[in-house]
Amino acid sequence: MTTQRTDEDLADAGTQSPPGESVAAAGARTGRFAGLGQGLQQMLAFGTLIALVIIFFIASPNFLTISNLSSILLSTAVIGILAVGTTFVIITGGIDLSLGTAMTLCSVVTGLLLANAGLPLPVGVLGGIAMGALVGLINGFNVAILGLPPFIATLSMMLVAQGLALVLSGVRPIYFNDVPGFSRIALGEIIPKVPNAVLILFLLALVAGIILRKTILGRMTYAIGSNEEATRLSGINTRRWTLAIYTLAGVATGVAGVVLAARLNSAQPQLGVGYELQAIAAVIIGGTSLLGGRGSILGTIIGALIMSVLINGLRILAIQTEWQTVVVGMVVLIAVFADNLRKRRAEGGAHK
Amino acid sequence: MSQLLRVEGISKEFPGVKALDGVNFELDRGEVLALVGENGAGKSTLMKILSGIYSPDAGRIVIEDQEVDVTGPKAAQQLGISIIHQEMNLMPHLTVAQNIFIGREPRTGPWLRDAELNRRTKQLLDDLGVHLLPTQNVGNLTVASQQMVEIAKALSFEHTKILIMDEPTSAISISETQVLFRLIRSLRDRGVGIVYISHRMEELHQIADRVTVLRDGQYVGTRRMDDVTDDEIIAMMVGREISAAYDDRQEVRTGSADVVLSVRGLSTKNLLRDVSFDLHRGEILGFAGLMGAGRTETARAIIGADPMSAGTVTVEGRELHISGPNVAVKHGIGYLPEDRKRHGLMLEQDVTFNVAMASLSANKTPLGFLREGRARRVADSFIKSLRIKTPSNRTNVKTLSGGNQQKVVIAKWLARNCDVLIFDEPTRGIDVGAKEEIYKLIKQLADDGKAVIMISSELPEVLRLSHRIVVMSQGRVTGTLSPDKADQESIMKLATQNIEEVAA
Repeated sequence: MTTQRTDEDLADAGTQSPPGESVAAAGARTGRFAGLGQGLQQMLAFGTLIALVIIFFIASPNFLTISNLSSILLSTAVIGILAVGTTFVIITGGIDLSLGTAMTLCSVVTGLLLANAGLPLPVGVLGGIAMGALVGLINGFNVAILGLPPFIATLSMMLVAQGLALVLSGVRPIYFNDVPGFSRIALGEIIPKVPNAVLILFLLALVAGIILRKTILGRMTYAIGSNEEATRLSGINTRRWTLAIYTLAGVATGVAGVVLAARLNSAQPQLGVGYELQAIAAVIIGGTSLLGGRGSILGTIIGALIMSVLINGLRILAIQTEWQTVVVGMVVLIAVFADNLRKRRAEGGAHK
Repeated sequence: MSQLLRVEGISKEFPGVKALDGVNFELDRGEVLALVGENGAGKSTLMKILSGIYSPDAGRIVIEDQEVDVTGPKAAQQLGISIIHQEMNLMPHLTVAQNIFIGREPRTGPWLRDAELNRRTKQLLDDLGVHLLPTQNVGNLTVASQQMVEIAKALSFEHTKILIMDEPTSAISISETQVLFRLIRSLRDRGVGIVYISHRMEELHQIADRVTVLRDGQYVGTRRMDDVTDDEIIAMMVGREISAAYDDRQEVRTGSADVVLSVRGLSTKNLLRDVSFDLHRGEILGFAGLMGAGRTETARAIIGADPMSAGTVTVEGRELHISGPNVAVKHGIGYLPEDRKRHGLMLEQDVTFNVAMASLSANKTPLGFLREGRARRVADSFIKSLRIKTPSNRTNVKTLSGGNQQKVVIAKWLARNCDVLIFDEPTRGIDVGAKEEIYKLIKQLADDGKAVIMISSELPEVLRLSHRIVVMSQGRVTGTLSPDKADQESIMKLATQNIEEVAA
């Protein structure tokens, strides 16, 4: 069994796919080699990222500069924050298509509170985050209590949030020029050379990782994704936990909305559509299974980094934006294919 | 009789496992050959080789004196081999006829000829003596009828000579089994060779001519069914004698003070009518009945997994409103579902994860952090006390055998310290050897003062373990028997009691 796994892992490395499965699943499967498997998975993911960096470095000397790396990290921040939140939803076997426009709605709410109403900074920030939590709570209600399929429930929410963002803003960007210190939320550097947005991403990822690994909420996330009925029959109120998980993802959406607004120094009501797919792509590249039950925050962060490194590198190589999108699409395809391949092999030999 | 199929020295190795090692068997025309062995003995691998899903590493397959190479499922079909898998492969939204002739629909150019399709299906079904309409949706049929459709489909290939059936009765009732057996016998009389895989001894005597036993991927032997006893077959399967210890049930006090769970007038919208019974401390209450009699539904209604329309559930003297399994668990009622894999376990997760599932509230800090170390120690203690065969508490439960998986589910409820345990088909799909251990465990639990409900379709097991036996039919309790006065016949009589007129 162990030998077989190693082969599969190597095959993964060959196709440059990031870590296929979560720490928990890897640990669970390999038994006493858990520690080893876990380390190997993460090293491989990291290796893929490093390989990309080296390829682009050789291709262009402009790639590996402090300012470019800093810009890669900054461009990862918003997608990364969204991806970290939605990792929870995807591990439960759900999906959230409302991420992008809900994030925009949160930006707009923050803009209304700060720029239009002139309220203190913390109120605006918390207001944006609370909006995200509310959207998440409603998504959770629709999925867990009303029993709607997540795809439909969040697709409707995607439209509702988009419409609300446009209505509330009057279809005009809201600028934060008169709100001192707001843009520092994203662009200030508490740690020199590291934009605060990046710091927020990593702090959030750390907290999310701890929640997922160490707390009952995380355990419920894996349990519901592994087998919802068995979880329910174990005497667990799965509805309540599903509600909590969607709400938590909504909080991350709110944080992303505030960070995006701060980075652009404006709330752009037209923005947002498409962010959800990029975030979901990052999660999948990071090895979280769309079928639920498996996934990790570290994988998601690496997935998000792989995406922004790819886009940045292709841009530096002066490849058209349109083609960059094609490449990212293909990377997602390869990641899902590699995951399927491993699963099929794990389930025992095909005709050979 | 002439020889139809001969398998010689088949071996198949997977990384780290020798799944089959030089297996032989022969099948004659017009014969039913039973193939038995514990889980993991290699039956499935052998079947997959015959159906072309795997190719063997060594050995020969000879059909009617011709050595053949089964390169894939399609080739198997052309060679006349059809397999009916344990999980059925039917499309529920299509009709019987559409399912049977899927991919081979009679048509003119691009146009389907439905009349012809239905005519041919009707002829086929009539030939087999199966009373089904070609135009019925398969999704609306009972499991047993779906099985008939599978068989009809297998036989609709003109050259089907060899029919392999993998545990065909695992999901159907006793009366439906008899219909299936009639069909099998008529096929046999027509010269079809049938390989019949099953765990159920009493069936083998009814249907099989000979039995071939596999153990750990090796061929143990073949016997004529007439010359062999159940115990001999079991001994061949497990490689040792199993002594069944009968009648060492402890006395149970059945005074009203010892009633742990009392159910009165329980009804549901669709099936259950006025189900009432008492469960005492230290008692094993068997629930017998046919498939669909309402035993599982009773259990699910008690724990609140499905809504009840009338009736009361009283636990330890207090009448409760149990709105969901989470409430049932709070009052110490644990349910071990019939379908372990779908409803009882997280297959992708490890042993500790699964054992901890029902007792997480006791294993977390006030802030919600999990006490991982404690959970692992708890899992280890159950691995030891229940003798769960697993490399460690971090092993994925998917890799464990059926018996050990069942023990993990039991450990989950013991970790929660439930007083009432409802076992639904506790030994389904479990090896003969492991069954004995599960029996011992259930007995031990009752002796320790737990109250146990045991729903089972295997009458010998109900008769052997229960202190009392509740028999259900068509959603009602038709009788409560004491095991020393009950036998298979008296239970079956109550289980088949028709009360439809009364209900209507």
